[in-house]
Amino acid sequence: MEPTEVETGTDRVKRGLAEMLKGGVIMDVVTSDEAKIAEEAGAVAVMALERVPSDIRKHGGVARMADPTKIEEIQAAVTIPVMAKCRIGHFAEASVLQALGVDYIDESEVLTPADDEHHVDKWAFTTPFVCGARNLGEALRRIGEGAAMIRTKGEAGTGNVVEAVRHMRTVTNELRALTTMDEAQLMSAARDHGAPFDLVREVASTGKLPVVNFAAGGIATPSDAALMMSLGVDGVFVGSGIFKSSGPEAYARAIVEATTFWNEPEVVAKVSRGLGEAMPGIEIDTLRDTERLAERGW
Amino acid sequence: MTTVGVLALQGDVREHLHTLESLGVAAAPVKTPDELGAIDALVIPGGESTTIGKMAVRFGLIEPLRRSIEDGLPTYGTCAGLILLAGAVTDGDQPLLGVLDVVARRNAFGRQNESFESALEVHGLEEPFHAVFIRAPWVEKVGADVEVLADIDEHPVMVRQGKILATSFHPELTGDARIHQLLIDLI
Repeated sequence: MEPTEVETGTDRVKRGLAEMLKGGVIMDVVTSDEAKIAEEAGAVAVMALERVPSDIRKHGGVARMADPTKIEEIQAAVTIPVMAKCRIGHFAEASVLQALGVDYIDESEVLTPADDEHHVDKWAFTTPFVCGARNLGEALRRIGEGAAMIRTKGEAGTGNVVEAVRHMRTVTNELRALTTMDEAQLMSAARDHGAPFDLVREVASTGKLPVVNFAAGGIATPSDAALMMSLGVDGVFVGSGIFKSSGPEAYARAIVEATTFWNEPEVVAKVSRGLGEAMPGIEIDTLRDTERLAERGW
Repeated sequence: MTTVGVLALQGDVREHLHTLESLGVAAAPVKTPDELGAIDALVIPGGESTTIGKMAVRFGLIEPLRRSIEDGLPTYGTCAGLILLAGAVTDGDQPLLGVLDVVARRNAFGRQNESFESALEVHGLEEPFHAVFIRAPWVEKVGADVEVLADIDEHPVMVRQGKILATSFHPELTGDARIHQLLIDLI
């Protein structure tokens, strides 16, 4: 039968892919071999990158979208969805990623921002976008621009989960506060959060974001993943945490298992045994302001 | 009370639980063999089929699932669920239950940019179903006992074999519970 009324790139289709990733782990990879390790471990998707965030920190300079050749190699190596990052506001990079057929575009603060005032108009794309947020207002601004998935910003490449925890708790607390407000209060809340009023009203009535919300930025161990899941995220991005650990295969697998069984400490304990060294961590207070990636974008 | 379980290793479990509850049955996530033993029907949700399959193997669920379904547990798989129920996939090597006599082609319509929604004629439903296809599979080959209930350009996207029902698409994302009702009718 020929299908009728066929539509691509709808909200439901864009947000729907993120729904399918729930309860899973999305892993940063820089080569097709790493992508295969991630898939074998049970990742639900991979993020194709030139360098993982901890190396971006070390390397300095301008961090950009990955080379299309690299993205294509990774697409050819795995059957799971492949995501890739563009710079904040860099709609030309985003267009290239869409043309390459990536499954999700991460408009990411981990790369050097291309526009200090504007994020990409994500409604203009067929490919869905995920964006980082430190609080509810930022999440709703990105959703207002068309983001189909949200993640905490955390502080990428530090192996330190404290910022991701802060961002998730902030979103949750701000959502909860909205659900207790009357109509008049909602308008002033919209002003305070700098968020679109219609979205503020919507989340005030539902008590949750209209899109899937993952944890990202600083997750380095199975327990970190379990912690974020217990704070109510829908799934987990792991950046440097896998391939900067002493045993990427074991870490990848253990983090996947802890994400599924986050509410069963016996399982998290079991999968955490004998993994070797986690990635080296960085205390957030030792970062200079210019090294704090979460401050990029608004 | 009738209880329908939703395999909860990964994927859009919550949407299936809500859809089932809207039909007045109890809905429960299933992660262990014990939980599997306490249900009257099962949904295998959308998600990443390789992830769900690997987790079912690692946590000792794959054999109990296979046995329960072979013993007649009414089961409905959506998208990744269809793949997991299948006897084989056209490409690659991944854990499958092999209880549904079909060969599935993963990501058959293409990548995310080709994901779509459309109206779909379904055998046995009076009105067309609004179907959401996300990096969806189709059925490449069907066995003799498999009935095709819907197709797109001759590619089966909904099939039934005995008490097993499978769709390439995601009714749980639309709020239309008619296909979940078909599962409950199989109990």
